[in-house]
Amino acid sequence: MTAETRKLFADELRQRLDELLFASHSHRSSKTLADGLEKLARAQQERVLHWTGVAAQSHAELGYHIAALSPQALSLLDEAGYEAWVLAALDLCDREGSLAAMALLRDVEGFSATREAAPATARLADLEQRLGRFLQGLSGRPLGLAAAAVAHTDTQTVFLPGELAALSTAEENRRLYKATAALLWAQTRYGTFGSAVVDVGALLARWPDRERALRWFAALEAARLEAVLGAELPGLAAEIARLRGPWPPAMEEAARRLGRADAGVADTIAVLDELMAGDAEPPPLPHAGAVDLEAALATRAARMRRETEVVRQALAAMKGVGGRKASGASAPLAGTDASKLEVSAAGEMSELPPDAQAAAQSLMQDLGELPPEALVPAGHIEGPWHPDEDAAAEEEAAAARHAQPLRRYDEWDYRRRAYRRGWCHLFEVPLPPGDAGYVDTVRQRHAAAIQRIRRRFEWLRGEDRLLGRQLEGDDLDLDALVEAAGHRAAGVEPEARLYSRRLRNERSLAVMFMVDMSGSTKGWVNDAEREALVMLCEALETLGDAYAIYGFSGWTRSRCEIYPVKGFGEPYDATVRGRIGAIRARDYTRMGVAIRHLSGLLAEQPARHKLLVTLSDGRPDDHGDEYRGHYGVEDTRRALQEAHERGVRSYCVTIDRHGADYLPRLYGPARYTVIDEAKKLPLKVADIYRRLTS
Amino acid sequence: MDKEQDARDIAPVLARIESEPYYQTVANEVTLFESACRRRLPLLLKGPTGCGKTRFVEYMAWRLRRPLVTVACHDDLTTADLVGRYLIVGSETVWVDGPLAAAVRAGAICYLDEIVEARKDTTVVIHPLADSRRMLAIDKRGELLAAPDEFMLVISYNPGYQSVLKEIKPSTRQRFVALEFDYPAAEVEAGIVAREGGVDGETARRLVKLAELTRNLKGAGLDEGASTRLLVHAAQLIADGVEPAAACTAAVARALSDDPEMTATLDDLVAAVF
Ligand SMILES: Nc1ncnc2c1ncn2[C@@H]1O[C@H](COP(=O)(O)OP(=O)(O)O)[C@@H](O)[C@H]1O
Ligand SMILES: [Mg+2]
Repeated sequence: MTAETRKLFADELRQRLDELLFASHSHRSSKTLADGLEKLARAQQERVLHWTGVAAQSHAELGYHIAALSPQALSLLDEAGYEAWVLAALDLCDREGSLAAMALLRDVEGFSATREAAPATARLADLEQRLGRFLQGLSGRPLGLAAAAVAHTDTQTVFLPGELAALSTAEENRRLYKATAALLWAQTRYGTFGSAVVDVGALLARWPDRERALRWFAALEAARLEAVLGAELPGLAAEIARLRGPWPPAMEEAARRLGRADAGVADTIAVLDELMAGDAEPPPLPHAGAVDLEAALATRAARMRRETEVVRQALAAMKGVGGRKASGASAPLAGTDASKLEVSAAGEMSELPPDAQAAAQSLMQDLGELPPEALVPAGHIEGPWHPDEDAAAEEEAAAARHAQPLRRYDEWDYRRRAYRRGWCHLFEVPLPPGDAGYVDTVRQRHAAAIQRIRRRFEWLRGEDRLLGRQLEGDDLDLDALVEAAGHRAAGVEPEARLYSRRLRNERSLAVMFMVDMSGSTKGWVNDAEREALVMLCEALETLGDAYAIYGFSGWTRSRCEIYPVKGFGEPYDATVRGRIGAIRARDYTRMGVAIRHLSGLLAEQPARHKLLVTLSDGRPDDHGDEYRGHYGVEDTRRALQEAHERGVRSYCVTIDRHGADYLPRLYGPARYTVIDEAKKLPLKVADIYRRLTS
Repeated sequence: MDKEQDARDIAPVLARIESEPYYQTVANEVTLFESACRRRLPLLLKGPTGCGKTRFVEYMAWRLRRPLVTVACHDDLTTADLVGRYLIVGSETVWVDGPLAAAVRAGAICYLDEIVEARKDTTVVIHPLADSRRMLAIDKRGELLAAPDEFMLVISYNPGYQSVLKEIKPSTRQRFVALEFDYPAAEVEAGIVAREGGVDGETARRLVKLAELTRNLKGAGLDEGASTRLLVHAAQLIADGVEPAAACTAAVARALSDDPEMTATLDDLVAAVF
């Protein structure tokens, strides 16, 4: 038995556990834990230690729980089940906190029982993006996707259960998600919530046992919508039919009657009336989703009000009646004849601006026609009107309470081998106006070096070159021609390369400098970074390459900050120079999110070659341990890889005095250089750039 | 050695389109083209790729009985590529017109496809051709070529590109009468797909439905939805016996994206339609 395969003894386990759990506030001793793990096979022991460590990085107590409960979990669950149990707890910890996660861990029996009952669970979290895009494809208007206990829709968002396990394989359950999502979308698209002519709310209000009526309504609509879908999306309808199997006897007759592509919600109500007269309950239909009429009607009404207003405002702007005509005066198209109204409305619609057209189309989807009030141009406009004004005001108020991030970014968790979705909250924070005089001081101090840089870079600047003796080209090469004539006269085979070609040396390069503004750069490093930026700006101004400079720092995943110093479109003027002067050491170094955001900005640049240059003082790091160490290294590496896939090449300049053994791993997908002394950076950086781009 | 003959051999061939190309009129584009032609105005066709711009120009060239010169622009296209250059024939230099100069001399329709792909400086040579001067300057020969009445300049451009580099300059755009192209209405597009791809009406209708679903994803993971051209490709595979879903996966889904998540979604959409 080799050292890698023999079991670990209790005292060895204990030592490893102490390393992993040293921060635990628990007073229980690691001895009990070690005793529990001693009897496991080595592979299992290692697995437990691995996940204990992973969990302990989120929360020490969580790690303790895993170590303590793993022997039991491993006896109840298979390998995949064990991993699912740990991951479920980690996810829950992210979402609801460590108490909920520990409760889940303690209930390992319950977890195993659910899994055994449904060995093939599909998870919404795994399918979210794919389902979301599927719905976007079907609907053409953005439809949110969110988790809820019962599948339903409020016409704005499709709610689906976090897990589905009704069918026997995971693949079938994934398909079930798709089927349910599609039927819920169909509810919003094909009139389940009524139209201008069918008031579903009123019709359902006739039944005293509203709950039962809604249950039947949902079941019947599932049958009707499946048939409606069949007309346009036969593949989807066939899949739904296959997943649900034959209709239960109680639904057979109803499904037959509603199984026409042209059945409307009025037909459903007619069948419903008959069924409600009897006392049968609808059979459970796992694929069918519920109907939440109140939520749907309220959400739809609010949306319709908004959209009606958008269309009216757009019409008013088109007609030029805004502010002039007395309010309430009807526009030429608001005729009394309903059919004519539609015709002229269609004509007008094509001329509406895109946002109003989208609003009009959305209204047509909801109502089957444009409501007459939408066709009365708004009577009174004061100043430019924005449809989202209310929303914007609301958002501002919300921001005052709790700022909304500019974007959320996924972060790679190497332990889970998965992204944590929307994990990092990114904010763009303006730098305070600084002293532009700072740059002048640096320029004076390095006047000679700047002279050198300018001369070198001028030579590099994209200029046309004339290539002689080409096989083809725009012009004749006279020298070659004369020579060829001579050869011919002498009876020698003349040279065929007689042309000259102008080679336009368009550099077509955009470069982004990403500057570490973490607390660890305080002092020398920060000064060096700022001076380096001054030198770079001189070089790049000479070259004419498009460039941008952003700083980054932050404090945990919920406050990742980016500080714009110079955008691609901004000139290198006093404002920008002031911002360079204002670069200060701030908080922590969560690098991955900064790379993701800035490589995104860079990827939008039209240049053919895109280069991301990071200036930092080493290891990624963030408050609260998690980003420190391997996790941060792996996420940064991953972010560089993502950038590479988007066509962004990265180059990392690191100031690190202590030999940096982790750098090859960190910068795996990128090239890098290490500068051992901060004060060398300003003089080296321009050369580095020159080598990179010539 | 017949220098004239040799030069003629290497000069661009001005093809006349002999048989009527199939083109399905979508709106008033034919009338507008004819009008612009009569009034000697240059034309800009705006629209996404694969929506029938090239086919339309071919059809109009046939209809107006003019030769057609088509140039697919790319980022290495130089002024000389358009206007012409000296070549060596035997021991002498011979001037050979580029496609644009040839079209001007012959009174042809010159179609510069995807004009924004060309180098910026090449667009400058078309400016004097595209305003009331209707002149082409051939600097190397010191020649100023006046376009005959029959000459017509048509350029195309896809406004869907996100890139700033691929925007058409206002000074160019403002010289042209612009015709906006888009994918035709569903029934019309299905008609085109059925005829061009050789499939029945129901299959064509489903292909168009699929295109509509992918077009909904524009900006949500896709730069552009499936074009009419892709649908024609899928239809041709189907007509050749390929199973419809497989044909769509190959000709549409894989042609639109390399991203695995996105292709999974596209496969879902294919499965929804077929
Ligand atoms: N209106 C149309 N009439 C006939 N064929 C069309 C039409 N629109 C598109 N097509 C088909 O789509 C294909 C691609 O069109 P094309 O003219 O090459 O597109 P574009 O030049 O806009 O990129 C054509 O080969 C043809 O089969
Ligand atoms: Mg084309």
